Amino acid sequence: MKGMTVIVKTIASWVKVLIFVFGIYIILFGHLTPGGGFAGGVILAASYVLLMLAFGREFVEENLPLPLASKLDCLGAFLFALIAILGLVYGGVFFVNFLYQKYLPGEALKLISAGTIPLSNIAIGLKVGASLFLVILTLSMFRSDTSVSRKE
Amino acid sequence: MTIFYVLLAFMIIASIIAVETVDLLSSVICIGAIGFGVSLMFLFLGAPDIAITQIVVEVLGLIILIRATISRDLTFITGDREFFGVVVSVVIIFVIFLAGIRILETLPDFGTPIFAKVPKTASQTYIREGLTKTGAANIVASVILDYRAYDTLGEATVLFTSIIGATVILREKARKLLEEPE
Repeated sequence: MKGMTVIVKTIASWVKVLIFVFGIYIILFGHLTPGGGFAGGVILAASYVLLMLAFGREFVEENLPLPLASKLDCLGAFLFALIAILGLVYGGVFFVNFLYQKYLPGEALKLISAGTIPLSNIAIGLKVGASLFLVILTLSMFRSDTSVSRKE
Repeated sequence: MTIFYVLLAFMIIASIIAVETVDLLSSVICIGAIGFGVSLMFLFLGAPDIAITQIVVEVLGLIILIRATISRDLTFITGDREFFGVVVSVVIIFVIFLAGIRILETLPDFGTPIFAKVPKTASQTYIREGLTKTGAANIVASVILDYRAYDTLGEATVLFTSIIGATVILREKARKLLEEPE
């Protein structure tokens, strides 16, 4: 049986949801409260790292396989660039906040406000979370492989 | 204005040498000279923060590249330590030390913001007009995703590229190919 003891596994399976939801909150409310895409993405990756430490790498790879993670990474980068190019198309300037200035001014201090800033936060959160998860996954693969070859 | 042309000519000559030279170590040193030329250019154009970043990145990159080329290219430095070289390095270190002391004296006291000394800074404009211009209550979010969104795009690109490099180097297929060249 891979992973740590039953105590660690039970606690991790309770806490992982809280960490994940907190990361989503940090990303979605990035334009209102301290936080944003980078911080929220790191928290999302941390919830998967906790699972990896408690249950082992194979368990995490079944939930979020490496190809899917790299696709999420590319999707986040693509969305962020798409928001910039949409600013060029609809606002006339690369990266202009066209949603706030033209279409959806919204009300200050509400969840739906600030135009493209929350959308950029979501894209960056997706990107940062997936790429940090990829880093840790590839590093753990590397370490486990070298330990096997050392035993031989 | 002439200083820009001088720097530009210096950087062009250095890049031609970097491409044409046979020795790998001299090529790396030429690339470092180009980087320092770029940072001097930023300094004369009035962008000290970007110049500092450029110098730091350039020094780190130079050290890593020299470390990588020394083990590969086997450039041996023979002979005793020269007296002239030691004197020059000690003088340069002393001059940098004096300049650092002068710069430390110009900084404001600990705890006072920089715009207490300089009245019209860009940060004050962000604080005053951030909410009305971008609609975001979090000033940090409005700066990094609206005023300076280009910077964030660059950071995201750096992260993306480094992830691609890490996954390419560390994936299992590449390591198996390294172990068995067939």
